[in-house]
Amino acid sequence: MHRDTKGWLFVGPFLAVFALTFLAPIGYAIYLSLFRDQAFFGGTVFVGLDNYVDVIRDPKFWESFGRVLAFLVVQVPVMLILALLAALAIDSARLHAASFFRIVIFLPYAVPGVVAVLMWGFIYGNNFGLAADLNDLFNTTSIQPLSGRWMLPSIANIVTWEFVGYNMLIFYSALRTVPEELYEAAAIDGAGTVRTIRAVKLPALRGAIVIATIFSIIGSFQLFNEPNILRTLAPNVITTYFTPNMYAYNLSFAGQQFNYSATVAIVMGVITAIIAYVVQLRGSREAL
Amino acid sequence: MKTSHRRSLRKLVATSAAVTAASVLLAACGGSDTAGSSSEPSGSPDAVKAALEKGGTITYWSWTPSAEAQVKAFQTEYPNVKVNYVNAGTGNDHYTKLQNVIKAGSGAPDVAQIEYQALPQFALPGSLVDLRQYGFDSFQSAYTASTWTAVHAGEGLFGLPQDSGPMALFYNKEVFDKYSIAVPKTWDEYVAAGKKLHAADPKKYITNDAGDAGFTTSMIWQAGGKPFKTDGKNVTINLADDGTKKWTGVWDQLVTGGLVSSIPGWTDEWFKGLADGSIATLPIGAWMPGVLESSVKGGLGKWRVAPMPTYDGQPATAENGGSTQSVLEQSANPALAAGFVQWLNHDGGVKPFLASGGFPSTVADLKDPAFVDKPSAYFGGQQINQVLTGAASTVVKDWSYLPFQLYANSIYGDTVGKAYQAKSALDPGLKAWQDALVSYGNQQGFQTNG
Repeated sequence: MHRDTKGWLFVGPFLAVFALTFLAPIGYAIYLSLFRDQAFFGGTVFVGLDNYVDVIRDPKFWESFGRVLAFLVVQVPVMLILALLAALAIDSARLHAASFFRIVIFLPYAVPGVVAVLMWGFIYGNNFGLAADLNDLFNTTSIQPLSGRWMLPSIANIVTWEFVGYNMLIFYSALRTVPEELYEAAAIDGAGTVRTIRAVKLPALRGAIVIATIFSIIGSFQLFNEPNILRTLAPNVITTYFTPNMYAYNLSFAGQQFNYSATVAIVMGVITAIIAYVVQLRGSREAL
Repeated sequence: MKTSHRRSLRKLVATSAAVTAASVLLAACGGSDTAGSSSEPSGSPDAVKAALEKGGTITYWSWTPSAEAQVKAFQTEYPNVKVNYVNAGTGNDHYTKLQNVIKAGSGAPDVAQIEYQALPQFALPGSLVDLRQYGFDSFQSAYTASTWTAVHAGEGLFGLPQDSGPMALFYNKEVFDKYSIAVPKTWDEYVAAGKKLHAADPKKYITNDAGDAGFTTSMIWQAGGKPFKTDGKNVTINLADDGTKKWTGVWDQLVTGGLVSSIPGWTDEWFKGLADGSIATLPIGAWMPGVLESSVKGGLGKWRVAPMPTYDGQPATAENGGSTQSVLEQSANPALAAGFVQWLNHDGGVKPFLASGGFPSTVADLKDPAFVDKPSAYFGGQQINQVLTGAASTVVKDWSYLPFQLYANSIYGDTVGKAYQAKSALDPGLKAWQDALVSYGNQQGFQTNG
């Protein structure tokens, strides 16, 4: 059978870039994870899967993993429900200046993440920030957003603020694809607003919700910028292993433990892939 | 469905195997073994002179405020030499980049600023050039004893000292006068002053300490502790020695009593606190006046300097911060790079350094009446250098940092930080720090005991 090779001409450039920027780094990380390099004496030795065994037994890794898991379980639903409500409200056509709200809710996403966190850092400041002013106003000292107890909710608040608009836009654009006839049919069948949402809009949104959930799960597991910047304000609360990504970063750039860092990154990548895959399977099979 | 699934799985396995093999090959080609490749010393004092005359191009990484002016002056004096000055970031950002280019095997600057505490971390793995081959060991008498010790690692000489940071007590006189607090001479008096101030105004603190490894090590140094000992491959860590305990004995009273502000250093809140009197003193390095003048304008006329409080009233202090310039092993022209270092910190570069407000490590300048007796307007006309140069000569001897001090500092918050957060005694935290450092040292090929 003659196979036409012309197709490779079209796929080739993509494959080359894909292999170079995507597969090669992953392959190199896997390669790194099989060795142990001593920064000072001894050089590099092949250790097989020892690094993986160490990561599985590493309480710091599991502490950081548990933290982002707790973050995910609380923050992602809150953020997605807020985004959903905003999308439904803007789509309802009952809102005055809907496009104004759409822009305003989306705006935080356009603020660079680092700038956003710096700004929130000023708001959270216990000594001179808004938190300090509120404490003065109510004559207490109980508002401590950067303390050990409140740090995770404080970060969740920043992330929610940043990404509600982004997810709202995903939901809103999915809603815009619902054909007008469906609404007419629902209206003829006597469906009210709530019934229309449940019977028409939510089923139409299912794919978008699954996508947004997967993105948010990946984003939560990759939490880095927010805690890393707030660390200068609360160095004792945010440890070097506050999130798995921070752990991997500090292992390699503060501790020169590149091999162990690569292992942490791979283990975390595999866990994320599994969870995202499960969500996708469930999301595409079951009704909401 | 099932078969296609299996087929795609098999394909995936095949592809990833191929890719892994390819990247292994790639890595095998690219990965050069940096350890043990240091070249034989072959320089000489004449080679430095010849290189400076011949000229060439070198790259210099630094974040010191005087770097730009110094490079300019150097190029005027040696027109054949072109210096590419790069500010690669401050502190850790700079070190991260430096470590990356060293690891990569190329791209390192010829000369880099390195803080004294970081020197062993770069010198011991062979990333820096031993400057004894250029006869720089003959410059010993030009520098203070503590900075001269600080540019050594093992036997080698890995830089010439630039600035120094003998610690002194910076205090806000306005606050002290308002609450009629006398300048403390001993640490017991300091604790008493802290109590008095905080009782009079709960918004005011004698100082801030949110857990800072650099401060802790300097304070242990001043108390006579020697927690880190390195001898070749052998490292001993004892963060419960007499000096350390002496320090925690005093400092625990402040931490557990909630008498120190938890504002971390170098944040906006810190600068505000230094300006408005809520942070009343800073036991800190002699480079601080420049920082106060440029970043705490609201403190103009309020601040003064006194010698560090001590445990027995006898003068004793420690170094806090300070940097050297070192020549990188990767340099293609180490003789020229060494010539630049010599000019920077021994010859013509010292003048522009002093002009930018730096605190020198060179004995001649520390004794120069024009420097010592200069009144400072920011400090209300006080001749601050009389106090600070006095401190330079009373630094406790024989301190050494860990060969992985930067890493140690990075995990200080993970371990001792918990004690600061809970306002509890620091010793258990220091023990946790020690344990983490011992296991790290052993992983990195040292014989570490603790």
